[in-house]
Amino acid sequence: MATFIVRRLLGMIPTLFLVSVLTFVIIQLPQGDYATALAAQAAASGGSGDEAFIQTIRHQYGLDQPVYVRYLTWILGVLHGDFGYSFEWHQPVADLIGARIAMTLLLSVLALAFSWLVAIPIGIYSATHQYSKGDVALTSLGFLGLSIPDFMLALVYLFVATTWLSASASGLVSADLEQAPWSPAKFLDFLLHMIPAVIIIGAAGAAQLIRIMRGNLLETLGQQYVTTARAKGLKESTVVNRYAVRVAINPLISVMGMQLPNLISGSVIVGVVLSLPTTGPLFLHALQNQDTYLAGTFLLLLAFMLLIGNLLADIALAWADPRIRYD
Amino acid sequence: MTDLTRATETSTRVHETPVEDVPPWTSVEAEPSVPDQRTTAQEEARYGRSQLQLIWIRFVRNRAAMAGGAVVIALYLTAAFANFVAPYDADHRFDAAIYVPPQPIYWVDDGRIYPHILGLTPTIDRETLLRTYAPDPTVKIPVEFFVHGSSYRLLGLIPTDIHLFGVAPSDIGVFLLGTDRAGRDQFSRIAIGSQISLTLGLLGVFLSLVIGSLLGVASGFYGGAIDNVIQRTIEVIRSFPSIPLWMALAAAFPPHWPPLQVYFAISIVLSFIGWTWLARQLRGKVLALREEEFVLAAQLAGASDGCIVVRHLIPSVTGHIIVISTLAIPGMILAETALTFLGIGIRPPLVSWGTLLQDAANVQTLAHAPWLLSPVAAIVVAVLAFNFLGDGVRDAADPYSVG
Repeated sequence: MATFIVRRLLGMIPTLFLVSVLTFVIIQLPQGDYATALAAQAAASGGSGDEAFIQTIRHQYGLDQPVYVRYLTWILGVLHGDFGYSFEWHQPVADLIGARIAMTLLLSVLALAFSWLVAIPIGIYSATHQYSKGDVALTSLGFLGLSIPDFMLALVYLFVATTWLSASASGLVSADLEQAPWSPAKFLDFLLHMIPAVIIIGAAGAAQLIRIMRGNLLETLGQQYVTTARAKGLKESTVVNRYAVRVAINPLISVMGMQLPNLISGSVIVGVVLSLPTTGPLFLHALQNQDTYLAGTFLLLLAFMLLIGNLLADIALAWADPRIRYD
Repeated sequence: MTDLTRATETSTRVHETPVEDVPPWTSVEAEPSVPDQRTTAQEEARYGRSQLQLIWIRFVRNRAAMAGGAVVIALYLTAAFANFVAPYDADHRFDAAIYVPPQPIYWVDDGRIYPHILGLTPTIDRETLLRTYAPDPTVKIPVEFFVHGSSYRLLGLIPTDIHLFGVAPSDIGVFLLGTDRAGRDQFSRIAIGSQISLTLGLLGVFLSLVIGSLLGVASGFYGGAIDNVIQRTIEVIRSFPSIPLWMALAAAFPPHWPPLQVYFAISIVLSFIGWTWLARQLRGKVLALREEEFVLAAQLAGASDGCIVVRHLIPSVTGHIIVISTLAIPGMILAETALTFLGIGIRPPLVSWGTLLQDAANVQTLAHAPWLLSPVAAIVVAVLAFNFLGDGVRDAADPYSVG
């Protein structure tokens, strides 16, 4: 197992290198740079946005150097934990994004946990009560959940919360408590903002898992060793939970790797709708203002999260399923 | 295609079909004697059917998929005839009808039965300065069909001014789904917005299909260095979560681009990730097909690589391509909506479901005019229909499925 992990980690290095190159290329795509964007702003507000101004800004931020020099400076910095400087916030990128990346990670992990905790019991119920009213209802609900994108779910929740629940739905805590020190009341408020966000991000994943779990378990329940277990006179709950479910769950672990990109995407876009302090709002803002290094770092770290997540999913799969051999 | 190849293809199909229906461990040699004795006219008809006919038969049996397909067709018809279905232009403003809630259609009036709407009396809230509307039962405006309205070109060709339904021109119109902050009819805007939202997904899938099938088939067919480069590229693109990558690409368009150029640019952005799925799947298929005898036969007959790919390999994986693309369309529709919603996709004056949702993104607006969320319903219906259709196509195209 150790060699497998080491080999996978080594294999990630070229991918990460190419990911960083692609990130840098994409971030450089917009015409002009931060200097021209700034000049346009200055000109719009009546200031001087002339060529000399642009040159000064370019020189100040090192934008006048060739592309590969800028890439090398950036990537060498990244390796030392220096992600560059945000033009717009006049702060090192690392200071700006730490908390937000952590929040994105937290939301994604909680949404993942939520989708599994909800989907497995429902999947088991649906499979053991195939074609019953409950199964049909849950399966249709799951199909609907798959078809409503998370950001629209967030919009609808925003509407429901403000009109009927008279709760504040955006942000991580209500506006009036933002400056207050942590107290039980603030924590409760925090939970009331966090839980809906987790459910919204995890809903589509849960719907997908329910379908897969139901299908897997139905298939497993039809196998001969399950019949044997029943014939031995084992209790039905033992047959299902200790025999069939354990086998049916394995393929779900490989689904986890496919879920991750959606969860990360979800936490970004739901973050924008609900104004959560995740990467979403700041990333969007940085993209729109050509805040190159800030946007690039976000993109790079999101990809990094995904790669690590996939690695963890692979390790979990190797650990859970003794039939899988990696060497 | 020459008659000779067509003949050989049908003959292989006739042999293939029964084999597909039996488990692989069944002895194939023992097979012919049994069906030969019992072949009825019906069975013969079944074996004589082409693969496409068999898929169609399986598909028709799936009611959810048929319903999904019907809704998809209805949606695209609406999009094609959007100006006819919509009573007004997308940017027609009713200055006296701002934030009007959806109007119910009444049918009975003093014993007479005809569709009509009631007039509206506006009242202005002194505190919030927002206008609210109360129905005025004394004013009854009949809703008529095939009325004359604003002129447009049907299907972009035939100039006309006939609309499916509408009311006589006045200060207010018929607002099935209410109006927005500028007094524009939400129903008309959703109908006209469907043109962009439903076609952009198709265009994105089409581009992904072209790139994905070419690169995927080439990757599986040639192997070696080409395969390596293509697979590495796919791996790198897939290392990014899709929405953030789309956002970064879409944000790169300069703001001064004309809307139509943005429309095509967005479809290219969508296919930038989309092709990787198709290419991966097709590569696997082609890797297996490459070892088949018909490829060897083609090679021995002197066919060039390009000819083998285009004439033999791509037709063999067509079913697969159709399935994957059908399943990819809803994701593309959602991606366009999401990007536009974030303000980096389709831009006004173009109307799409995403731009309509942008207007609904504000909490205060939502509380006052919840009907602005109606595009969500349109999107969910479209996505559900495509999902049902795609599932049905997949099940029907899978030769191992029961039935």
